Amino acid sequence: MAELRTEPTVGTTQETDAKDGVRRRDFIDIAALSAGGVGALAVLYPLISQMAPSEDVLAESTTDVDVSAIEPGQAIKDVFRKQPLFIRRLTDAEIAEANSTPIGALRDPETLDDRTLEGHRDLLVTMGVCTHLGCVPLGVAEGENRGDYNGYFCPCHGSHYDVAGRIRKGPAPTNLLVPEYNFTSDTVIRVG
Amino acid sequence: MVRIIGILTGLVFTLAVLISFGVDTYSNLTTEAEETAEHHFHAEPLDVSFPHDGPFGKWDTAQLQRGYVVYKEVCSACHSLKYVAFRDLADLGYTEAEVQALAAEWQVPGIDPRTGETVMRAAEPTDYFPSPYPNDVAAAAANNNAIPPDLSLMTKARHGGAPYVYSLLTGYEDPATYSHDGERLLEAYPDFEVPTGLYFNPYFPNLNLAMAPPLTTTGQVTYEDGTEATIAQMSKDVSAFLSWTAEPTMDDRKQTGWPVLGFVLFATILAYLSKKQIWAAVKPAKRKH
Amino acid sequence: MSFAWARQYEPKNGFTKWVDEKLPLPRLVYNAVGAGYPVPRNLNYMWNFGVLAGFALLLQIVTGVILAMHYAANAEVAFASTEHIMRDVNWGWLMRYAHANGASFFFVVIYLHIFRGLFYSSYKAPREMIWLLGVVIFLLVMATAFMGYVLPWGQMSFWGAKVITGLFGAIPLVGESIQVWLLGGFAPDNAALNRFFSLHFLLPFVTAGVVILHIWALHIPGSSNPTGVEVKSESDTVPFHPYYTAKDGFGLGIFLLAYFAMVFFLPNFLGHADNYIEANPLATPANIVPEWYFWPFYAILRAFTFDFILPAKLWGVLAMFASILLWFFLPWLDKSPVRSGHYRPLFRKFFWFGLIPCILVLGYCGGAHLSPITIALSQIATAYYFLHFLVILPIISSVEKPEPLPYSITDAVLGSDKKPVLGENTTPAV
Repeated sequence: MAELRTEPTVGTTQETDAKDGVRRRDFIDIAALSAGGVGALAVLYPLISQMAPSEDVLAESTTDVDVSAIEPGQAIKDVFRKQPLFIRRLTDAEIAEANSTPIGALRDPETLDDRTLEGHRDLLVTMGVCTHLGCVPLGVAEGENRGDYNGYFCPCHGSHYDVAGRIRKGPAPTNLLVPEYNFTSDTVIRVG
Repeated sequence: MVRIIGILTGLVFTLAVLISFGVDTYSNLTTEAEETAEHHFHAEPLDVSFPHDGPFGKWDTAQLQRGYVVYKEVCSACHSLKYVAFRDLADLGYTEAEVQALAAEWQVPGIDPRTGETVMRAAEPTDYFPSPYPNDVAAAAANNNAIPPDLSLMTKARHGGAPYVYSLLTGYEDPATYSHDGERLLEAYPDFEVPTGLYFNPYFPNLNLAMAPPLTTTGQVTYEDGTEATIAQMSKDVSAFLSWTAEPTMDDRKQTGWPVLGFVLFATILAYLSKKQIWAAVKPAKRKH
Repeated sequence: MSFAWARQYEPKNGFTKWVDEKLPLPRLVYNAVGAGYPVPRNLNYMWNFGVLAGFALLLQIVTGVILAMHYAANAEVAFASTEHIMRDVNWGWLMRYAHANGASFFFVVIYLHIFRGLFYSSYKAPREMIWLLGVVIFLLVMATAFMGYVLPWGQMSFWGAKVITGLFGAIPLVGESIQVWLLGGFAPDNAALNRFFSLHFLLPFVTAGVVILHIWALHIPGSSNPTGVEVKSESDTVPFHPYYTAKDGFGLGIFLLAYFAMVFFLPNFLGHADNYIEANPLATPANIVPEWYFWPFYAILRAFTFDFILPAKLWGVLAMFASILLWFFLPWLDKSPVRSGHYRPLFRKFFWFGLIPCILVLGYCGGAHLSPITIALSQIATAYYFLHFLVILPIISSVEKPEPLPYSITDAVLGSDKKPVLGENTTPAV
């Protein structure tokens, strides 16, 4: 805008060099430019937020699972928010093993009680997503590698989880995530 | 050279189209076009207004709730609403628990988790409104070969929109006594007959509609808010409901529109002032000749 | 090229100097749309539409790229994915209405831009190349718009695709094979939908490339102006920035006001109800019409009804394509030494009382229900259309006696005692 005032006069021009006039002129130009800038910024909001999850995706946020058929020592895989969900029924020996692990030896100290629900201590519900880089750990199906601690083993970068889904060895920083869930009946859990 | 070729080409096209014009005009003058009953007696939609009309219009949620009842009790027997999910009903002013309860009143196809067989289960908010027929063939077979259209977008998919739907629902007539613009149908077209299985309705483009009058008696549905369910009332409510299903985001659109227009107007005025003062230096008063 | 008095870009600090040495992009912008581009000082508001067309292209690319993030180009789900955008995607309804109405507004400004070019004969030497590139842009935009309209896979999408590809079926011998090849099938389906989506995504970027050539070609002779007299001296011009940036900013505001009014309050006004019905290959809509911007050409297509030597269908197709392709020859059909319609009495009469009503009638007839009246009207208008460009224009450019031109742009603006020049087309000052 500075060049405006130094504009070589062309043809017959009206020269308005009074100081107040200059200030008022600058003010209008700056206001107009700012309004354009504000408008452009406002447009960015819908352009960016359109990439956030749409309403149908947000609505698909609970999963009901019937857990009655899982025998002790077995585990099943289900899907919660398009990600694998591990549900495992622990044997008495596994519960004892998990409870006997000294809490100080854990990278991410949590007891089995922290990770299961009152009255259902044998049911371990975790996300099947390795906390390292998101691979699906092995150990659900019969015959799969359960790692050094008899829980889950992530083949991508060798993270070992124990029977309570706690990280014991390997690069993963935290235990397998326990999603929010509750029992809607004796046999059905609702996750999410 | 270009011009000579151009002129010749132009004359050839002109000649061809003028021959078409001549032939058409001659045949139009010598053969009389036959007026059809649907051309003559088709009625334009009634002039009916809704609270959501116009740039300031908003949904009347009480009306939409009543319209939902009409859809559920009457229309849903034959018409699907496949682009609408039960969760969308929250827009009508229902709470999350109410939406869950409303959804549970509907049965949708599901899979038995034990056997994998198809079973019917209570709907959840994430489900979409179920279709009354498993497929188009079944729909056609059950309805004298006329497939009842999906209603999700009905008010946007017909010229005339919601007033058209309203007019159609309230507009069934007896062709024997029907007159339009002071002219009686049977006097003008004594041979006019409604084909078997169809119903006379002057608001339908070809006057004969495959849908039997769906709303026939006052009190056909029961409104919880105590509004009397007359045929006109039910028709109006369900037309409003179908306007909502066609564009559930309409309120957002209009409410976003005003501030946007206001801001752009403000910015445009500033741009005008800025332009004016920038040009003041070089825009002189025109010297007189 | 530019005028000798054009201001030169001067980098002000070390960084801009460094950039200017390595990649003189700021210099390019300065010379293209900055203070380094001297523009005739007398441009009226009809000269706003080039910038607006550029803005509309940008708008369509931005909203289009976003829609493509949510749209699925598959005949099974295309319609449903469009409804998904309208109902569930955050601001999806805004993106779709902005894109659909953006197409219409793109054509509004393009048509006004073309009419400006026709009235002021901006296509004449030395600006033929700008005009030719402009016609190429117009063809690209038409093709893009047509393919975009197919994507929602509504009834009009489907039948539009079928009818327009059917045009190629009119070509003798190979026509039907071409149609099947274009569609990748015997009727529009997945193959056609996918290739239309792919090309609909590609062509806007091709268009943007040609737009850059269009602007490049413009900067060789510089902008034309309402008098049609070439720039003679510095007093005839002002720098593009801030004079025309300010004027274009105001024009953009007016454009946005009209555009947003449509997007937010009448988003379906220019659309067609049938396109909210999912494509159904078994039922044709009562009246297949394209979007309004194709109506004049659609009327020309439908005007030919009689097999005069060639089949009527072929005549229609030939005439429809010829009606646009003949624009390529305009610079050589109109040989008048005077550019601006203001100084051409005969041309002016034919323009306002012949061409404009003719286009309006064609537009009306192309969108209306077929009836003997609309067909007759479109036949007369089609005849005039070809006569106007191919016969009347060449002839009046030889017989017309132009009115005196102002000596220079400055004189036209300020008034002058200098003797006007009769029909002389002065060469640009360099």
